[in-house]
Amino acid sequence: MTFTTDPLTNPPTDSLSTADQIDLYRQMVRARQFEKRCYDLFLQNLVKGTTHLYIGQEAIATGVSAAMSEGDYTFVTYRGHAHLLVRGTPMGPILAEMLGRSNGLMSGKGGSMHLIDASRGVLGSYAIIGAQLVIANGAAWAAQYKETGQVTVCFFGDGATNIGAFHEAMNFAVIWNLPIVFVCENNQYMEYTPIRSVTAVDRPAADRAGAYGLDPVVVDGNDVEAVYGTAAAAVHKARTGGGPTLIEALTYRHGGHSRADPGKYRPDEELQAWLAKDPIPNYRSALIGRGVAERDLDLIDAQTRHEVDEATEMAKSGGLPADELLWTNLWSDGSSGWRT
Amino acid sequence: MTTLTLAKAMNLGLRKAMEDDPKVLIMGEDIGKLGGVFRVTDGLQKDFGEDRVIDTPLAESGIIGTAIGLAIRGYRPVCEIQFDGFVFPAADQIITQLAKMPLRSLGKLKLPVVVRIPCGGGIGAVEHHSESPEAYFTHTAGLRVVACSNPVDAYTMIQQAVRSDDPVIFFEPKRRYWDKAEVDTSSAPDTWHPFDTGRVVRQGADLTMLAYGPMVKTALEAANAAAEEGRSIEVVDLRSLNPVDMPLVTESVRKTGRCVIVHEAPVYSGLGGELAARITEQCFYNLEAPVLRVGGFSTPYPPSRLEEHYLPDLDRVLDAVDRAFGY
Ligand SMILES: Cc1ncc(C[n+]2csc(CCOP(=O)(O)OP(=O)(O)O)c2C)c(N)n1
Ligand SMILES: [Mg+2]
Repeated sequence: MTFTTDPLTNPPTDSLSTADQIDLYRQMVRARQFEKRCYDLFLQNLVKGTTHLYIGQEAIATGVSAAMSEGDYTFVTYRGHAHLLVRGTPMGPILAEMLGRSNGLMSGKGGSMHLIDASRGVLGSYAIIGAQLVIANGAAWAAQYKETGQVTVCFFGDGATNIGAFHEAMNFAVIWNLPIVFVCENNQYMEYTPIRSVTAVDRPAADRAGAYGLDPVVVDGNDVEAVYGTAAAAVHKARTGGGPTLIEALTYRHGGHSRADPGKYRPDEELQAWLAKDPIPNYRSALIGRGVAERDLDLIDAQTRHEVDEATEMAKSGGLPADELLWTNLWSDGSSGWRT
Repeated sequence: MTTLTLAKAMNLGLRKAMEDDPKVLIMGEDIGKLGGVFRVTDGLQKDFGEDRVIDTPLAESGIIGTAIGLAIRGYRPVCEIQFDGFVFPAADQIITQLAKMPLRSLGKLKLPVVVRIPCGGGIGAVEHHSESPEAYFTHTAGLRVVACSNPVDAYTMIQQAVRSDDPVIFFEPKRRYWDKAEVDTSSAPDTWHPFDTGRVVRQGADLTMLAYGPMVKTALEAANAAAEEGRSIEVVDLRSLNPVDMPLVTESVRKTGRCVIVHEAPVYSGLGGELAARITEQCFYNLEAPVLRVGGFSTPYPPSRLEEHYLPDLDRVLDAVDRAFGY
């Protein structure tokens, strides 16, 4: 795949087989149903602490992940459940972690915002805005030193483009020509504040790219194939020594920022317009239009429901962590001795 | 007198400060239209306008830096840091500039900046959202550091903080935001408890318990429980953490002969260590027992299912009381 600075008008998706396309659909549905279950469990008061749901943005993690290879690195934010799912982390442990159970991905010690699955290259979910961008550069640099060919993909929100770390990271990545892809998921809002009201430019990531010698790349973040195409080009570029890419993917979160935020600060017309651009039903229609049997997609929906139900059972079956968990893994020997 | 939650008392205090002085500005993330995640600035932008209640970009270092610039040209900015853990991106500006500029300019530049930080745990959040970072700031010369524990102090101390010509780091106990008390919003500033003094919130004879912010309530509960066993505990709400009201503290400890210090922050290198050292230096011959400390553990703040184990509770405080009486 060759890199194009204007992937929107020239999406390199010819290589997607029907099976690939159906898999993109499946991954988005998995992410959607998983997040809906998180929300239900939250309403049942089973998710203690906060959660930030990804509903509406699924095409981005899905499309980007499809363009990555096994062994590539992923850095995500607190809105990152789906990013782990698409990298292959099973649902059960993630859901159990939401519930704070000892069978959770982090043994109940991490919670929704701090998921890590190093075995699948997910080198952390970060809840300090901007923190992961500079850290991701380090991982990318390590891969470059060792000439492993691994690419690092770093996700972040539109809000993060206004913190210093974003700008530091862009400059570092360019001067060292790092094998990294930065993906700004522009869902139009930071928490409650519209990004355009606090940002100097219209496109918070793309319009800054030029300052670091990068091309402005904007993609429809609700079009999974467009995301895939753009990401594939960027990943290819990174893997072949072409250096970093900054992608801005335009999208919208259907719900509020976190927990029970009803998102009332958003104008209704705006919400409706974006709901009409929901990536999943739209892709479903596209696939059906290309001749994919509706029942095949129904089957995916049903299989996913089953997967989510099973994950829920698994998560609920976990015990609550013992308070000894507080005392583990502060030091490299696994203990937390010395100064309690 | 009106019954107010701590959050509402903060809100009214800020409102009063803005009415009293047109140079007072408020800035932070989501504080204007939304009124802040804890609604402490609720309605202020509507009434004072977008020029005085400013929704900022997501950039803590930039927020504090801008506030410093405004302050050296005569404004009195009040910055909200959304959660304790997000003060660290701002730590650079706070520690390297805010704390030092007045001295660096030989007093020619004053920095009447208030940095409000909702702090502490107990609301089911995790790390970054439940921390007690006060010792980083009490360690930094040039910053006034205060913590309110109740609605009355919230109302008065925020106004005193705004009037202070020194920079103030203002800690708000987030899990007490919904606690209520009677507040006299017509009281005159000269009747308020002086800004940099502590307060005895419960009289007692046998042991002094020092607390601040969210732990004052816990300390009072512990004192009540201990009273049932015939132990008379005096509880001091420190309120000001730098400077600390040592005269008040030493007077109390000399009277009681025992001292337990309670804070949510980890004990190791926490404010309690400094207090214990000073009390030992100044009250050595009056002490019946070593000064004991109760605090968080030296681990990162845990997620919600574990926080009740982490946070100092009645049991841990009373255990320290027992130990103090055991000497
Ligand atoms: C340094 C820092 N400041 C403030 C916050 C509080 N906060 C959490 S999410 C958020 C908004 C982030 O917006 P964006 O980057 O657009 O990501 P989104 O939530 O939309 O995915 C804020 C301000 C934080 N986590 N870190
Ligand atoms: Mg956003």
